[in-house]
Amino acid sequence: MVDHTIIETQDLTKVYGSGDASVTALNGVDLKISSGEFVAIMGPSGSGKSTLMHILGCLSRPTDGHYILDSQDVSNLDNKELAAIRNQKIGFVFQAYNLLPRTTALRNVMLPLIYDRRPEDHKTPEESEEVAREMLVKVGLADRMDHQPQELSGGQQQRVAVARALVNHPVMIIADEPTGNLDSHSGADIMNLMHEIHGQGATIVIVTHDPKIAAHTQRTIELRDGQIDKVTHNGHDARTNEPKVEDQWKRPK
Amino acid sequence: MKIREVARIAWDAILKNKIRSLLTMLGIIIGVAAVIMVVSISAGTEATISDQIQGLGSDLIFITPNFTRGGPESLTNQRGTGLVFTDAAAIDQQVPGVLGVTVEQGSSQNIAGNNVKLSSIDILGTTTDFPSVRGMKISDGNFFDQQAIDLKQKVAVLGSGLAQQLFGKSDPVGQYVTVGNTQLAVIGVFAPRGSVGGTDYDARLYLPITVVFEKFTPSEFARFLGDRVRLIYVKADPSKPLNDVILQIQLLLYNRHNVTASNPDFSITTQQDIITTQESTTAAFRSLLAWVAGVSLLVGGIGIMNIMLVSVTERTREIGIRQSVGATTDDIRIQFLAEAFLLSIVGGALGLIVGVVGAIFFGGVSGMRTVIVPSSVFLAFGSAALVGIFFGYYPANRAAQLDPIEALRYE
Repeated sequence: MVDHTIIETQDLTKVYGSGDASVTALNGVDLKISSGEFVAIMGPSGSGKSTLMHILGCLSRPTDGHYILDSQDVSNLDNKELAAIRNQKIGFVFQAYNLLPRTTALRNVMLPLIYDRRPEDHKTPEESEEVAREMLVKVGLADRMDHQPQELSGGQQQRVAVARALVNHPVMIIADEPTGNLDSHSGADIMNLMHEIHGQGATIVIVTHDPKIAAHTQRTIELRDGQIDKVTHNGHDARTNEPKVEDQWKRPK
Repeated sequence: MKIREVARIAWDAILKNKIRSLLTMLGIIIGVAAVIMVVSISAGTEATISDQIQGLGSDLIFITPNFTRGGPESLTNQRGTGLVFTDAAAIDQQVPGVLGVTVEQGSSQNIAGNNVKLSSIDILGTTTDFPSVRGMKISDGNFFDQQAIDLKQKVAVLGSGLAQQLFGKSDPVGQYVTVGNTQLAVIGVFAPRGSVGGTDYDARLYLPITVVFEKFTPSEFARFLGDRVRLIYVKADPSKPLNDVILQIQLLLYNRHNVTASNPDFSITTQQDIITTQESTTAAFRSLLAWVAGVSLLVGGIGIMNIMLVSVTERTREIGIRQSVGATTDDIRIQFLAEAFLLSIVGGALGLIVGVVGAIFFGGVSGMRTVIVPSSVFLAFGSAALVGIFFGYYPANRAAQLDPIEALRYE
């Protein structure tokens, strides 16, 4: 069931500052994620999980080591190239949704399409709108397309964010505490959505501090002090035997 | 990112906060409107003055005595004879290409007529060519002829305004007026002429110059000047080159006055000289005004820069979001530059409308002439656009240099 490796880090290191004031956020991380995997990266604050997420998401570069994404070494690309990678290969979902305020859900989902420079992917504004619409339908917001973030609930906003992350057919989704700002019901909704997307073949990396969220995934990579501490296989097959999300949210009797 | 998308994002951003956008544009609006209005008022005044000068009569040559060395007390020591009354006749007869010559000598006198007393009225002694040289028409009666001048007849022609003041609706021709201590018979009235260069032609009384010499030139002045005159107007034939006629007059007068070309006792000016001087003065003034108005454009640009800086700070998160989905440094920079540019263009357009409407309105209300000068409109609008780009660049750059991770964390 495991497809080819889509994400690989080799001795990934990130040092901030210099001399006495230097901080080693990541200290030689080696990991591999296969296409279609649902993975969690977990750790307490200071563990380096945010730093790892930023590098995996091509928002920053490693100080040492290599990051190979979809068979391309992106460790030393310049800002412009990294921006293109983020546009084409990565879809972010943030804890705070990060939608553009006073902008419709439709326009929000269209945002990555605006910055897509690939000539083969050129779309007219009408085509872009159509693609965005489809994505919103897919996440269950067909009747909310013209709503602005302030008119949407937290869960709905996060679904818009997921649609935005998917619109350019990225190689992976990176979700940073996606349920962190949501109540338990909305949180369950979003995790269901994640499972659905995963079931359709997406590679998803969730960064979280919450073991209950991590338990949704197939594999949990735990970080501590900038290094991989533990890897747990959570016993979920990619496409079968998904546990019911509601069970996990129930209070123990 | 296509231009269309850039324009749309910029336009959306401006519309999102209309009040702030309007306040930002205010400096540009005022600057552009000010330039247009100020230039139009100045150009209108120039045009009015130019028309007035043209209205003096075309192809006019003015000859004045040249008192370069010392004041009147040095007159008796002058080598030349100075400009005299007989020079006028000589020019008329001996210089080819001269259509008419008129001499003027004025005074200020009290006038009484029809039981109306007026004080300090300008009277002008002149010659028979006066109406044709100066482009004035007789509406009633006649102008005095050569005989009147030769015989020093005590006759007068009234300006239309003066006639109105003294005689109201009744016909002044055939009646008498007393100028100073001298009684004159009114033989004609001029049609209305208006004011030219500060002189109200309708408010004067016109009489033979010989009478002025005799009766109205102060005696001690007469001791020095005799038949000297202040001003000779020569109307040249437009089909002859003006410079030729001028040269001939100069040669004639050098001869008559016994002076050399390097040291003349007279000056010759043409109407064109006056216009040129006038134009350069007003052009300099207009330029100054435009610069001052331009300063407010500059202030408008600073306003744009400041508001854009605030806007960039407020939208730090938004910039981070855009970067996370693939906006490059250039994308962000262009986005904010486009916004600043659009603000200044729209502000410029609004300022243009305000300026043009304001100029027309001002002209209507004040009675002053205003001329919309297209070059000032283009200049003001173009400056506004440049100001937008120039002052928008720093904030746009600041936005573009933001680190995505920091930007996304911004509260």
